[in-house]
Amino acid sequence: MKFSIYRYNPEKDDKPYMQDYEVELQHGDRMLLDAILRIKAMDDSLGLRKSCREGVCGSDGMNINGRNGLACITPLKDLKEPVILRPLPGLPVIRDLIVDMSQFFKQYHSIKPYLVNDNPPPQKERLQSPEDREELNGLYECVLCACCSTSCPSFWWNPDKFVGPAALLQAYRFIADTRDDATSERLDNLEDPYRLFRCHTIMNCADVCPKGLNPTEAIGKIKEQMVKRMV
Amino acid sequence: MALSRQIFDTVIVGGGGSGLRAALQLAEAGHHVAVFSKVFPTRSHTVAAQGGIGASLGNMQEDHWLWHMYDTIKGSDYLGDQDAIEFMCRKAAEVVYELEHFGMPFDRNPDGTIYQRPFGGHSQNFGERPVQRACAAADRTGHAMLHTLYQRNVRAHCQFFVEWMALDLIRDYEGVVVGIVALEMETGQVVIFQAKSTILATGGAGRIYHSSTNAFINTGDGLGMAARAGVPLEDMEFWQFHPTGVAGAGVLITEGVRGEGGILLNSEGERFMERYAPTMKDLASRDVVSRGIDQEIKEGRGVGPEKDHVLLKLDHLGAEVINKRLPGIREIALKFANVDPIREPIPVVPTCHYQMGGIPTNYYGQVVAPRGALGTSEVIPGLYAIGECACVSVHGANRLGTNSLLDLLVFGKSAGDHLCEWLKTNPQHRDLPHDAADRSMERLSRLDGAQSGENITEVAQAMRRTVQHHAGVFRTGTLLREGVEKIREVAKRARNTAIKDKSRVFNTARIEALELENLVIVAEATLVAAEARTESRGAQAREDFKDRDDKNWLKHSLWYMEGSRLDYKPVNLQPLTVESFEPKVRVY
Repeated sequence: MKFSIYRYNPEKDDKPYMQDYEVELQHGDRMLLDAILRIKAMDDSLGLRKSCREGVCGSDGMNINGRNGLACITPLKDLKEPVILRPLPGLPVIRDLIVDMSQFFKQYHSIKPYLVNDNPPPQKERLQSPEDREELNGLYECVLCACCSTSCPSFWWNPDKFVGPAALLQAYRFIADTRDDATSERLDNLEDPYRLFRCHTIMNCADVCPKGLNPTEAIGKIKEQMVKRMV
Repeated sequence: MALSRQIFDTVIVGGGGSGLRAALQLAEAGHHVAVFSKVFPTRSHTVAAQGGIGASLGNMQEDHWLWHMYDTIKGSDYLGDQDAIEFMCRKAAEVVYELEHFGMPFDRNPDGTIYQRPFGGHSQNFGERPVQRACAAADRTGHAMLHTLYQRNVRAHCQFFVEWMALDLIRDYEGVVVGIVALEMETGQVVIFQAKSTILATGGAGRIYHSSTNAFINTGDGLGMAARAGVPLEDMEFWQFHPTGVAGAGVLITEGVRGEGGILLNSEGERFMERYAPTMKDLASRDVVSRGIDQEIKEGRGVGPEKDHVLLKLDHLGAEVINKRLPGIREIALKFANVDPIREPIPVVPTCHYQMGGIPTNYYGQVVAPRGALGTSEVIPGLYAIGECACVSVHGANRLGTNSLLDLLVFGKSAGDHLCEWLKTNPQHRDLPHDAADRSMERLSRLDGAQSGENITEVAQAMRRTVQHHAGVFRTGTLLREGVEKIREVAKRARNTAIKDKSRVFNTARIEALELENLVIVAEATLVAAEARTESRGAQAREDFKDRDDKNWLKHSLWYMEGSRLDYKPVNLQPLTVESFEPKVRVY
């Protein structure tokens, strides 16, 4: 199978280049990550992140034939050759397929991604109805792989000011949680020409999410809540 | 060249469930704590846990921590230490409620309480019938828990060193642990971290097996660090084979599938677990179910062209239950087995999953090791270990499902609490020894200097195949003896590896070479301890010694890297407040 992979090592390369590889797949090689590891066994200098190899840790996000995805759950049989692999777009490249995710996590941290409830907790669990709990489905499952935010043109232009789809999805995860008391502060935190409102519903985020989540929808719900409290 | 140095009260190596739980306790108390992780914390392998956290909340039917304690001891095949098991089961409800207060998105019952599902080996009234004890967030409990703990640490302003690999412990001339040496992956720089106390929370080393549910990062780094620093490793012969890894792919399918009503079938369509475990059936403990499956395959009732797996049937649960309670499993089955479990069964096979052994500790997380001629266990000052890398020992010879996440919470918190007290009476940092970083620098300079040598991928493959073949579900003396010899050859090769990439910037080849050094230590400990233990207990099933031998083997093994030597220590059969559970024949 033929691959063309983005290579850049700041210690020795003046600029990035694409390197071609051809690899013989073995029985049992099902996902893109399996093939990349065969390449890495031939060329140990190829840099990428990887861990769980089942799509739950979010390490191996990359741009695959022009579309962001997780290598470990991208079936080889669906890929057109040569498979073109690039780092996630819009973030600084540290080396090869490894990007600097600081900006992405900074935005995640900026939405206060933790439950706020200053009432003393009860002896047992806080109660929540199954219906209220269901509001968190489609939100809490995010693996922070950054496939969505790095496919969003608004995030490319303003990664320092626009929170981006991944972190906004998490912002809504806490707004939607009946146990959280900070909705008003959370909305204040996003009420700004950039932080939330740079989303132009391009919907690349929902299109690429490897977990099938829909940040655009969550962003819409945040906007609804803002309108509601203005009335 | 002098290395740069940073100073903390406590350094925690590992940002998974136990490391984050301990960090939270320390950070919220205002201590100066640093967490080191090879990956961004939410990528730690806790994220892959699926089924639930065991706690006798009694939300579904009557339950009691004493029943949980009994189940855990029986599950451990009586090798678990009963003081630590009582401690864990009594604390379970408290740590689960806390996690809920932190924001954990547990599934709910109609009355608003936490939903609990049945799980293997968990029973009501000392083995009478299955009980619903596993507190669940769909089949993504580990993911939900790890993210919740990370989020709470963000709130507590805990300091993280992300994508740093810890290389070695620093012990001073009196044996006190005074910090670690660590490598920043992005820059390749090596830094000494001086600390009053060090917590190892590096998880398991399931990657010593060829077929494993474990992530690539599970390379036993903490075990390697401890072993190189002269600390023994306890009960390393006991590895849990999860009954249901996706055949061929190794990806985990939670026991929660059977908890929700899924059943195992052989090639004749027979629900064979009824023969092996008449009461608990498919929900017997994992060692029992894995042996049942392997026995069916050995006797020719496996499924598929190679007759090498069995089927996990859950279509009878209906689309609604599957989509609500087991959505992640459906996703995995579709992706990795090419089947939709709403219609077809999932091909599964026992797959290495969990390391019961590890760094010996007490239930405060303090590392303990025999000292002097009398061999009494003494605390190694300044060193703690928690989670899968530790052996406290609550899992003994076989862990019950849901007790791993519980272990992370209980002993993470316990170590954090103990350290908060300990730091009060130990306000000073001890001096670093002059050779603090020598071992690490030697390891790195060997790799940097080696122009030719063994290929990392090939040596790693030889190790995994050796362990898989020689220390699998069923073991014999001959197989194990050959395995010990082979793994020593592999260990020699691992000391002579070379990498082509000598770059400093995010050199993943170098990281993998360093990880391999840790893995082979764990692999050797496993084979040596398994060969010596001439009995069958829990996950160690010897075909040449089929029975449990309490007279000779009701004891923990301790493996020392120096001389690859074994020692033993007694099992603690004395709980904290209740009567001891005496070893009995184990029937499910």
